[in-house]
Amino acid sequence: MENLVYIALFAPFVGSMFAALFGMSPKQTFVGIIASSLLFISFAASAVLAFHVYTTGTAIHVTMMEWISAGDLMIPFGFLVDQVSVTMMTVVTLVSTVVHIYSIGYMDHDKSFNRFFSYLSAFVFSMMILVMSDNFAGLFIGWEGVGVCSWLLIGFWYHKEDVAREKNPSISPSWAANEAFIVNRIAGLGMLIGIFIIYWNVGSLQYDVVFADLPNLSSSVLNAAALALFIGAMGKSAQFPLHTWLTDAMEGPTPVSALIHAATMVTAGVFLIIRANPIFSMTPEVSFFIAALGTFVAFFAASMALVNRDLKRIIAFSTLSQLGYMFAAAGLGAYWIALFHLAAHAFFKALLFLGAGNVMHAMDDELDIFKMGGLKKAMNWTYIYMGVASLALAGIPIFAGFFSKDAIIETAFNEGTYVLWAILVLTAGMTAFYSFRQVFLTFHGAKRYKDEIHPHEMYKFVLIAMAPLAILAVIAGFFMGGFQTFVTKLLPNYEMSHHTHELIVVLTAVVLVFAVGGIWLAYKKYANGLKRDEKLENSFLYKLLANQYYIPQFYEEFITKPYAMISEKMWKDIDMKIVDATVDGIAKFLYKSGDKARAMQTGNLSNYLNWMAVGGVLLLIVAAISAMLA
Amino acid sequence: MIGLSHYLIVSALIFSIGLIGVLRRRNLLMLFFATEVMLNAVNIAFAAISHYYNDLTGQMFAFFIIAIAASEVAVGLGLLIVLYKKYGTLNLDDFASMKG
Amino acid sequence: MYEIVAFYLFSVLAIGLFLVTVMSKNVLYAMTSLAAGMVLISGFFFLLGADFLGVVQLVAYVGAIMALYSFAMMFFDATRDIKEKNTNPALVFLLGGLSAVVLVMMFAAPIHSDAIQALYPMHEGVGNAQDVGMVLFTKYLIPFEVAALMLLVAMIAGIILAGKKMDQSLTEDIGADDEILKQKDEK
Repeated sequence: MENLVYIALFAPFVGSMFAALFGMSPKQTFVGIIASSLLFISFAASAVLAFHVYTTGTAIHVTMMEWISAGDLMIPFGFLVDQVSVTMMTVVTLVSTVVHIYSIGYMDHDKSFNRFFSYLSAFVFSMMILVMSDNFAGLFIGWEGVGVCSWLLIGFWYHKEDVAREKNPSISPSWAANEAFIVNRIAGLGMLIGIFIIYWNVGSLQYDVVFADLPNLSSSVLNAAALALFIGAMGKSAQFPLHTWLTDAMEGPTPVSALIHAATMVTAGVFLIIRANPIFSMTPEVSFFIAALGTFVAFFAASMALVNRDLKRIIAFSTLSQLGYMFAAAGLGAYWIALFHLAAHAFFKALLFLGAGNVMHAMDDELDIFKMGGLKKAMNWTYIYMGVASLALAGIPIFAGFFSKDAIIETAFNEGTYVLWAILVLTAGMTAFYSFRQVFLTFHGAKRYKDEIHPHEMYKFVLIAMAPLAILAVIAGFFMGGFQTFVTKLLPNYEMSHHTHELIVVLTAVVLVFAVGGIWLAYKKYANGLKRDEKLENSFLYKLLANQYYIPQFYEEFITKPYAMISEKMWKDIDMKIVDATVDGIAKFLYKSGDKARAMQTGNLSNYLNWMAVGGVLLLIVAAISAMLA
Repeated sequence: MIGLSHYLIVSALIFSIGLIGVLRRRNLLMLFFATEVMLNAVNIAFAAISHYYNDLTGQMFAFFIIAIAASEVAVGLGLLIVLYKKYGTLNLDDFASMKG
Repeated sequence: MYEIVAFYLFSVLAIGLFLVTVMSKNVLYAMTSLAAGMVLISGFFFLLGADFLGVVQLVAYVGAIMALYSFAMMFFDATRDIKEKNTNPALVFLLGGLSAVVLVMMFAAPIHSDAIQALYPMHEGVGNAQDVGMVLFTKYLIPFEVAALMLLVAMIAGIILAGKKMDQSLTEDIGADDEILKQKDEK
């Protein structure tokens, strides 16, 4: 079993290194194939491990080597495969495998095909470290590793020029990559502080040691640690107010959006909350704050998705919204439900993104859904896939999203937080609306794209590779019971109260009414083609939503520009006039003194002798004075 | 009575005279003379200390200083002759070839 | 009593002679006064009971070294006054005077330490030469041999450096030599 752990962990690393060997050379299909097969091996190992953990119910804990050992600080390079991490491993490797295979088709015409696979596999490796580490330090390394890979991949087309924000809200891939990286830096600082607080008070970073020691800590320390860790989670999972980077990250290639910015990396924040659930269950205030913020983000992001016209951005907003759901569940203490929604969401959201990738591929990278329409005939399979994913997202029964999202909404009801419940129900309706608005605008109605575009279906193998995701998006919900018994061996169980149980039919019906209502509304408005409503589009609310509540502009005006101004001032006034001047001054002094002292070198021995005598007499005087003082 | 300080002061004065010579002279041969003066001044000091502390070490050092002075003169004069052959002068001011 | 008279006499004479050495423009005067000064120094040595050292001073310095200087001087033109642009006298006397003052101050101060012990004490009733010989050939044998080797090296170096092109005159120009040869031929 131990070997399987290493195989699962290092197969992506080997794939990444292998692909990196060909990083500078032109496209080699076998690089993609080998990287994908190594990913598949990793997936197979993860699946076997999952089966092992499922059947035996015991976690596998391996320590590869001693990593940091300095004074009292002892951090081994250890890995923990328990119910939670094995779930994440399986989900991550499965989605990654599909995305890798998909990328062979999607990146077919890209010059940097090999480089892409190197980055992608490196990302999976980092993600595996993140989920498998048995201590906070390893988690942090993985955390930063995925951050770096995300930066590399968002900025994969770094050569694209900057454009004005009005033309493209992300300005450019490299801009978006930097934004993502910097925002995550801010959050990473919070996370680091949390880790420091834990180490300071516990003296160890091992999960088991830390969690065993929690009852000895004061509540203020716990609150501080929980809050700091949650700030880290907020950055990686793009929660308000650190959410702007996620939609801009859509500048990266679509497989990246599917893998990193929908299925895996952005859920790392949720994973952190679930992993550190002993801390969060001891801090009810922080947990409630998480739940409230999650609910707010769910609604906030869904509202922005209602009017957006960019295919990928809509899905990105929906990712944000679903992450909000997960945080709501985790904050309310239903950790296993959050984890379940995480897994289910990974499947259908990745599918949705890959479907969007197919559409982009067909439409020559056109992303505006107002300029699509009628693609159903040409792209039947993609239509089915995206339809299935949207149904799952909207939470229609028998699809995966129904079970997981419904459980979260019920949790909100069960906890007696009716306001959160109401918002989440409303958001479910909005989710249904915007996802089907997108589907209808893309695939139904008359065609609105230019005549020179000839939409065509993706490669066969790509479509086949997407099938597992589609199947899982449909059936994943049926495993909910088994999943519950599986992960609650580790996570605290969460059961609905008797009262909620009685009302469950009513609750489900309410959610369903909203979901179906949303779909119906979308159908009415968009299924028969796009009718632009000038009045609506010029209304204040529409503009507010379309401009993302003007938050990017706000950040630009009140953070970026003042910061740039301060930096400029610092550079011109402090750096140039003080720091540089000091350094230059030292250099100038040395030059000048050297230049002046050069005059001593007359070449005349007699002068040298005089200087020597001066030195000798000085030494003599010093000796005399020191003898006198002694 | 003549004490150790008397000898040492004489030695110091002679040494200073030698130093003045070294500083003042530009002719290499004269510089050599001045150096000899300084060496002799030191010898006096050694002999005086040897005498007043009843210790032979000072005299030993004086011997070796004489030996060193002798070799210095032998090599130094050889060099002077070579220099004179080359430049036709022993004036230090004419040898300023190492001007920086 | 005679020791005091001798000391002051020697001191005044030695300082005077060395001043002549340092200040004189004429090489011959300088060298002669230097040699005389050396003799007086050996007088100091005799006064201090370092008989052997005094003899060595006479033999080696006054005899050998000064002879070497006088030979060397013959290569150069000794009768001519030396023309040199002496260093600024203010600086010279400042430095020289300062060092003299400081040194005198230092030596005039009483020596406090009583803990000075003779490493190789002199023996009563034994001649100085014998005493020196005992120490020199036991304790200082290796430095002595090294000094001997050094003198040998210096001698060879001196011969080689000075010995090249000794057939040429250093002081006269070659034209003068030719003239002498011509005169010889005419005879």
